[in-house]
Amino acid sequence: MSGYEPVIGLEIHVQLSTRTKMFCSCALSFGEEPNTRTCPVCLGLPGALPVLNARAVHFGLVMGLAFGCELAPRSIFHRKNYFYPDNPKAYQISQYDVPLCLGGRVGDVRLHRIHLEEDAAKLIHLGESGRIHGSSASIVDFNRAGTPLAEIVSEPDLHSAEQAREWLTLLRVTLRQLGVSDVNMEEGSLRCDANVSIRPAGTEELGTKTELKNMNSFRFVMQGINAEIERQTALLEAGETVSQETLHFDPASGRLTPLRSKEEAHDYRYFPEPDLVPLAPTEAMVQAARDVLPELPAQRAERYQRDWGLPEETARLFAFRPELGAYFEVAATASDDSAVVASWVKDELLSRLPAESDPAASNVPPPALAKLAGLVQEGGITRGAARQVLDRMVEAGGDPGEIVEAEGLGAMGDDGELAAIVARVIEEHPDVAERVRGGNAKAIGALVGPVMKETKGRADGGEVNRLLRRQLGV
Amino acid sequence: MSELLELTAAQAAEGVRTGTVDPGELWTEYRERALADELNAFSWVSGEISPPEVERNAPLGGVPLAVKDLFCTEGIPSQAGSKILEGYRPPYTATAVERLTSAGAPLLGKTHQDEFAMGSSTENCAYGPVLNPWDRSRVPGGSSGGSAAAVASGAAPWAIGTDTGGSIRQPAALCGIVGLKPTYGAVSRYGMIAFASSLDQAGPLTRDVTDCALLFGAMVGQDPCDSTSLAFPEPVGLPTASDLRGVRLGVPEELSGEGIESGVLATFHATLDRARDLGAEIVDITLPHAPHALAAYYLIAPAEASANLARYDGVRYGLREPADDLLTMYTHTRSEGFGAEVKRRIMLGTYALSSGYYDAYYGKAQKVRTKIAEDFTAAWQVCDFMVSPTSPGAAFGLGDKTDDPWAMYLNDYCTVPVSLAGLPAISIPNGLADGLPTGFQIAGPAFSENRILDSARALEQAIGFDGSRARE
Repeated sequence: MSGYEPVIGLEIHVQLSTRTKMFCSCALSFGEEPNTRTCPVCLGLPGALPVLNARAVHFGLVMGLAFGCELAPRSIFHRKNYFYPDNPKAYQISQYDVPLCLGGRVGDVRLHRIHLEEDAAKLIHLGESGRIHGSSASIVDFNRAGTPLAEIVSEPDLHSAEQAREWLTLLRVTLRQLGVSDVNMEEGSLRCDANVSIRPAGTEELGTKTELKNMNSFRFVMQGINAEIERQTALLEAGETVSQETLHFDPASGRLTPLRSKEEAHDYRYFPEPDLVPLAPTEAMVQAARDVLPELPAQRAERYQRDWGLPEETARLFAFRPELGAYFEVAATASDDSAVVASWVKDELLSRLPAESDPAASNVPPPALAKLAGLVQEGGITRGAARQVLDRMVEAGGDPGEIVEAEGLGAMGDDGELAAIVARVIEEHPDVAERVRGGNAKAIGALVGPVMKETKGRADGGEVNRLLRRQLGV
Repeated sequence: MSELLELTAAQAAEGVRTGTVDPGELWTEYRERALADELNAFSWVSGEISPPEVERNAPLGGVPLAVKDLFCTEGIPSQAGSKILEGYRPPYTATAVERLTSAGAPLLGKTHQDEFAMGSSTENCAYGPVLNPWDRSRVPGGSSGGSAAAVASGAAPWAIGTDTGGSIRQPAALCGIVGLKPTYGAVSRYGMIAFASSLDQAGPLTRDVTDCALLFGAMVGQDPCDSTSLAFPEPVGLPTASDLRGVRLGVPEELSGEGIESGVLATFHATLDRARDLGAEIVDITLPHAPHALAAYYLIAPAEASANLARYDGVRYGLREPADDLLTMYTHTRSEGFGAEVKRRIMLGTYALSSGYYDAYYGKAQKVRTKIAEDFTAAWQVCDFMVSPTSPGAAFGLGDKTDDPWAMYLNDYCTVPVSLAGLPAISIPNGLADGLPTGFQIAGPAFSENRILDSARALEQAIGFDGSRARE
């Protein structure tokens, strides 16, 4: 690691899960035929006027309350003016100097603001380049035009690409849980830009930042940020300076290229949108948002650590994947040792299920897993045997006690059965026994395996070791 | 001249209801006159030989309506006087038009206007200027010049237009008819091709004050499609007053002296005398910031227009001048599609909103606007209405002011302050000066239209203006 500390802030555009668009009553589009979800308003036809979507405001307030933001008593929509074929009115209606939410935080990262705005249409450039320059023609699909977006801007509180990815994960889970967005990055319902600068470690002054655009997956966010940190570090180490610019991430090459300055040199001529009145949320609107606030992942993780005694990593896993949290809570309620149950969920059950699947939908109901964990705790079954029982349970369901019974997997008691098996294995491996007796303590491992195999894992490893040593006299 | 033509719209509507007027004959009479129009008032005239079915008891009684070009009408050309929208037929109808046709005023035709409502003479119309029926060598005023000329010449019983800084009141004054600019928000703007969103208001242009009240009452009301529209706080009634007892008329020194043509001023003072005879009290008031109104207006309106007109980019509808790249297509389309005055205002507005200039221009203009509104609020402490000449002059000759934008802008000197304050104002015919009509403006507090209409009717009776010459 070089002597530089990266400073990263993120700007996230989230598509809100409203039924209709931001300023008209067209339904949101999910892959419909192009230009079938349009009306005079979202096509920017002459004479059409915007009307603010109340549900989008509700979602804005839900986010504001959940993140502890200050809610503006009168926020204002502005016109952001620029010509482009994906911008039907030639201005985007967005919030500018008085956004709906100010401040707040998500996890350890402070928020700068959250504001509401509308999305642009989708441009498809025909031709090899895939960009407007050099394309033979461009076609526009206005289904996306006017889709409601919330722009969430963080403070520059992140210091590595990995941290940025983790925070995005937390944000995504939180937004999903709030029900304000389905935050699917691949479908474009969450888009992320990053502001990146570096500074000598231990200093406070911020370096010149660059803005990274078009990183449309979590992996690309990490790749992009890492590439930019590397690029800036190389510049500074070569005695050069970083210039403030906007960079376009190319997923194919993983490289960043500067946007042409022409594309960047915008004077947006913001001014208050005269077709809309200021947004002044009533107490009833704020209360309605308060009423639907669920427990958030960060709060839930804290509760898992505090009330169930889980280690931080496990607590976060269960909190960020609400279906795991729900499963765990049922299992833990049926158990005497929540930490042990948590480990069975996390370390054993999940590895036997398809990735990202909901354990509640598996063949193993939470109380059954709790019972299995209990059997191990009581010493009625070894951990190894319990793993075999769990295999059966995942495959075909069933009660762990009955499976133990049927398969004869119960832990071996002090009835001499184990001692007899140990004696037989020593007899069958005289050469190994000789080496152990001759002082090679490590060789004993070669005897443990056959014993465990003979006992089908029902024997306790420690006990096997103890018996072997005693019978070999070492 | 036909007897039907001599009926006001309200009288014709009443005739239809009582069975003395045949709606078919009424329609035919006006449609033929509209088709024979020699003033270039119409951009489109209905092709229907018989009138659209209208319910017998409909409030507007089947009396046909002329509509300014910039109101969107489904399937019917709506070009806002601009080449950039040549042949444009919208897929929907403006709320105001929708309300009037459902109240029983079938669409007779669309009328010419200054391009995007920018102008005071209707000479800024891509489809030729409109002529004044009182003198065809003169302008009808603007921007709703087509609507004003159509009503004044008897080619339409009544019409609607829009007023941003005077575009209903000034042409009404120059054509000798009644024009009302309602309180901002009283009539929905949905479907009105926008000029300056914070100022645009639709309103009636009619032969008399009663027609005006009847048409206005059918236009008002909150519209879920226009966030800035408001519910009218009371029913709109037909005016009945015949005197002005207890009414205080405020005459602002700033709008009633310097800069007003002597003939216009003479008719104004004559009407003040009549008002006194009707029992009104005339009080001197002051609107100290009114002289700055035009300057503020010519920053705010162009600023909003520069954004409102940016959508005419050749991408989706209207004119497109093909080119090899996007920027050239934009540039050629807009260079070809817009007229000189529109380009001037787009440039003014773009400049006023530019980074680094916003506070000095747009921001400062908004402050002036607030001051002007405060002037009126203070005036309402001492008077019920502000009265002034509608326009500083009578109709001027075609081409007289086209090379001098500032002289053209001065036409709105008396109307713009009221617009900036968002207040309602009517212009009623105020007699002739050198054979040309002049206008008397009455402005009042927000939503005082009923009272304004009452006082206007009392004055109208006293003035006894005869507009029949323009219908010959």
